[in-house]
Amino acid sequence: MILMNDVYKTYANGVTALNGISINIDQGEFAYIVGPSGAGKSTFIKLMYREVKPTSGSIIINDTDMSDLSERKVPQLRRNIGVVFQDFKLLPKLSVYENIAFALEVIEETPRNIRKRVMEVLDLVGLKNKARFLPDELSGGEQQRVSIARAIVNHPKIVIADEPTGNLDPETSREIMRVFDEINSRGTTIIMATHSKEIVNTIKKRVIAIENGLIVRDEDRGEYGYES
Amino acid sequence: MKVRTMKRHLREGVKNIFRNGWMTIASVGAVTVTLILVAAFLALMLNLNHMADKVEEDVVIKVFIDVTADDAQIKTLGDQIDEIDQVDAVSFSSKDDELKALIDSMGEEGKTWKMFQQDNPLNHAYIVKAKNPTDTKLIAEQIQQMKSVENITYGEDVVQRLFEFNNYARLIGLALIVGLVFTAIFLISNTIKLTIMARSKEIGIMKLVGATNGFIRWPFFIEGMLLGVLGSVIPITALLTGYHYILSNLASKITIRFVELLPFNPFAWQLSLLILLIGALIGIWGSVMSVRKFLKV
Repeated sequence: MILMNDVYKTYANGVTALNGISINIDQGEFAYIVGPSGAGKSTFIKLMYREVKPTSGSIIINDTDMSDLSERKVPQLRRNIGVVFQDFKLLPKLSVYENIAFALEVIEETPRNIRKRVMEVLDLVGLKNKARFLPDELSGGEQQRVSIARAIVNHPKIVIADEPTGNLDPETSREIMRVFDEINSRGTTIIMATHSKEIVNTIKKRVIAIENGLIVRDEDRGEYGYES
Repeated sequence: MKVRTMKRHLREGVKNIFRNGWMTIASVGAVTVTLILVAAFLALMLNLNHMADKVEEDVVIKVFIDVTADDAQIKTLGDQIDEIDQVDAVSFSSKDDELKALIDSMGEEGKTWKMFQQDNPLNHAYIVKAKNPTDTKLIAEQIQQMKSVENITYGEDVVQRLFEFNNYARLIGLALIVGLVFTAIFLISNTIKLTIMARSKEIGIMKLVGATNGFIRWPFFIEGMLLGVLGSVIPITALLTGYHYILSNLASKITIRFVELLPFNPFAWQLSLLILLIGALIGIWGSVMSVRKFLKV
């Protein structure tokens, strides 16, 4: 569950990214975040995994109040949130397997469980036969599937994706969306910032539109609403 | 931290050495070059210091006893000298001992002195050794005041100048070594910083996946230590073989008494251990300090 109340964010350079955002996203929801570039989408996303701190306002994620979260507790928070990025953010010198296993090593999981769990998620994203490959040896779509596998490997309640299909062609994008849909159907909340009109209009979900740091539209099974 | 996590850090640290290819070579190279300098300098300075100590140790005060003094007075004088705080040892040398030493020191010509054996013109003497050689002058001045003392010699001017020279030499040597070690730390941590800079993105990714700072830092700690240890292999080999070579060749040719090098065992081994330690510490320091600034994600 994500609960934001009157959140403002002004960066050190004076740019105001968010102008009072309040929102409630329930467990198991699938929400698109849409809006023009520079509207505050990325800041909104980054608040949720604490890459940026709000200037004012409160954010509660999975019953944790982020405003009084100490620096030491941040890793703990991030283990309960899977993140997927446009540029995949895989560790280039680790194999597909090692990249995914890393998220489990961090929580000191037993080697036995790591092996089992990594193979499960690789199966889910359809990359079981590429476990030994390095990220560079994979296509963009495959790399994104690896990063999704890493995001979900320790059963987070929430997966946050920042333009996960931004670097992919339409066919590969559809594949990635199928994976997200599958994850969502298992009860995981998904928040996805996107610029893809096609995706938003074909796979109908909740749409939250942000412009000038404000939520201007919030509708279930909404439309993209911008010319792409 | 669980044992398997520690094992994981060890494994990752070792793997990183290989994963980073030429960056590893660059760091190890920097450590190697500076440690060779540090080792050579340390060996030189410690030996010079050793020689200076040797010379200083040879400094003794010779107290010539008044010929009129009887046995009791001689004994009292001996006790008085012994009571001075800075005095380490007092030994009595009778006039016969003195004459014998004199004859021995003159070699062939000394034989002519043998005629004095019947009627020895020399004085009895006390040979006084200071706990700390630099206190020699102070002790000599105190003994001068005592009864039954005829004369005192300790090579006044020469000794004083020797001590001054040695003190300066030690200070300069120490300053050079400290300077060298700091240069080494600076050079090495900069090289390591470059290799870590290239990995700043990776550190950021690890943090996003929920790794704690400690979790990220440990493999770097181990990697840094290994870099330092690897970098000290060549300097230590060079030190051991080089020192052995110098000892077996140079030492036999120079026969001036106080030019005596420190013995191979334990000196060369101790210095090697020190170099290894310096290497490991510099590696760890350079590595951990460089990671620190990338951890704020």
